[in-house]
Amino acid sequence: MAERRVWLAAALALLCAAAFLGLNLRGNIAFVLELRALKLLALVQVAVAVAVATVLLQTITGNRILTPSIMGLDALYLLGQTALVFLLGGIGFAAVDPRLKFVIALAAMVGLAAAVFLPLVRARHSLTVLLLTGALLGILFRSLSSLLARLIDPNDFAVLQGVSYANFNAPQGELLAIGAVLTAVAAAVAWRQRHVLDVMALGPAGAISLGVDWRWSVAGVLLLVVLLVAVSTALVGPVAFLGLLVVALAERLTGTRRHAVLLPAAACIAVTVLAGGQAVLQHGLGGASTLGVVVEFLGGLVFLLLLATGNRR
Amino acid sequence: MIAIDGVSLTLQGTPILHDVSATLPKGELIALIGPNGAGKSSLLSLVARLIPLQSGRITVDGLPVDRTPGRRLARTLTIMRQDTGLAARLTVRELVGFGRFPHSRGRLTDEDRRHIAAALAEFDLTELAGRTLDALSGGQRQRAFVAMAFCQGTDYLLLDEPLNNLDMMYGRQMMRILRHLVDRQGRTVVIVLHDINYAAAYADRIVAMKDGRIIASGPPDAVLTTDGLEAMYGYRMPVHRIGDRLFIPHHD
Repeated sequence: MAERRVWLAAALALLCAAAFLGLNLRGNIAFVLELRALKLLALVQVAVAVAVATVLLQTITGNRILTPSIMGLDALYLLGQTALVFLLGGIGFAAVDPRLKFVIALAAMVGLAAAVFLPLVRARHSLTVLLLTGALLGILFRSLSSLLARLIDPNDFAVLQGVSYANFNAPQGELLAIGAVLTAVAAAVAWRQRHVLDVMALGPAGAISLGVDWRWSVAGVLLLVVLLVAVSTALVGPVAFLGLLVVALAERLTGTRRHAVLLPAAACIAVTVLAGGQAVLQHGLGGASTLGVVVEFLGGLVFLLLLATGNRR
Repeated sequence: MIAIDGVSLTLQGTPILHDVSATLPKGELIALIGPNGAGKSSLLSLVARLIPLQSGRITVDGLPVDRTPGRRLARTLTIMRQDTGLAARLTVRELVGFGRFPHSRGRLTDEDRRHIAAALAEFDLTELAGRTLDALSGGQRQRAFVAMAFCQGTDYLLLDEPLNNLDMMYGRQMMRILRHLVDRQGRTVVIVLHDINYAAAYADRIVAMKDGRIIASGPPDAVLTTDGLEAMYGYRMPVHRIGDRLFIPHHD
């Protein structure tokens, strides 16, 4: 049954993607289609990256209300970008190849994640400790970013703004290729390891007892999460609750946490939300709002709902 | 045989185990008893490599637990603890099926399915197989976890307080199943027990711990004496013999 629900989610995702591409086609159709196809590619990447990253993080931390951004992972990416603007200046920053900037920010993220988050996740502290530490680290990274942002001149600041807000309308086109490769590789690795991930969801004792090398596996999964968060943040900026929203919906739809079902279902629902939401906002509501705001609002509601219904684990 | 040699453990500056050495022979039901904080669970966790070994040596059938690859060891030794993680939404059948992971890496074969069905039947779980864990009582969940350890098919089973949450009927059934595993299948069961009467009735050997040390080890008759129990728990309790059974009214 759960498998059939995945196909349902996939069909919905395809429908929304088609709507995004095909609604209100006017003027030079080839040109519009190309533009939209590139945007859709970015949205699909972000959707898959956020969905998979959230599932993986929830699995290794053993609770279902965490998302990478509650843990401050995307703030880490932004800190890297801000530091680059600070060091190079706005003009210098704009002149650097975005791919190079991405790689630098990614390297900083991997380093910091290894230093800060790995010990936290390995020790598997209680949910409260994890949440508090993650939230504090997020605040620390964001404060550092805004401190640096205050130190730069207004022109540089304008450059920085471009990268620090979620924007589904104008994804960073230069990063599409590298993002597609990274997302595909990370998603494929997660899929191949789906049975191991199922076992890891039992917690360290259960997983070790079943022969999983917990320390290395956690490090590997965390690396995947960092890669995926970097991709999505680089493409459209930080999205706090999207992951939580789609994983909670996927779990509700399929009624299981088996990764063979949950991973594709969450990814398909994320595509549905992003492509469908964008299509509705653009064509139905005439661009009245930005998708980022709507997704954050809904995701925030789901977060509160999960807390209120006591579904914390 | 589980050979523990000169094992000490310190966690966050607090010494937990002091130079513990013991030999647990194969094919016996061995009960670890002792007051809270004696180090029973820690010792079990060290044997099951849940805590990294700090000093000393532990081998299971000659395999050193700190250097043998996890996958190899998972076919020889398993531990049952009640740490469910995100498992709450699993069905009983899925949970028990995880026991086959070391053998088939998640792709269940027909043989795996036979093992799962046998484990479900053994622990009286067949009717509950489709229920999720969060829809079970504490005792039913407990049986599901032990069934998963059983399904793993290892020669050595380590069980940390498997009688928690079980009523008398299922407590007795659990001990009889474990006894059966030892007698009929030649498996070795090491179990942390709090009720010394269960230990007296079912164990071949009792290892008594206190303050991070093993203070006595041997058959129940030798370990469960009024003096020995006083050294462990700090008060005197009578030890009666009824038929060939020891009976210790420790709650008076």
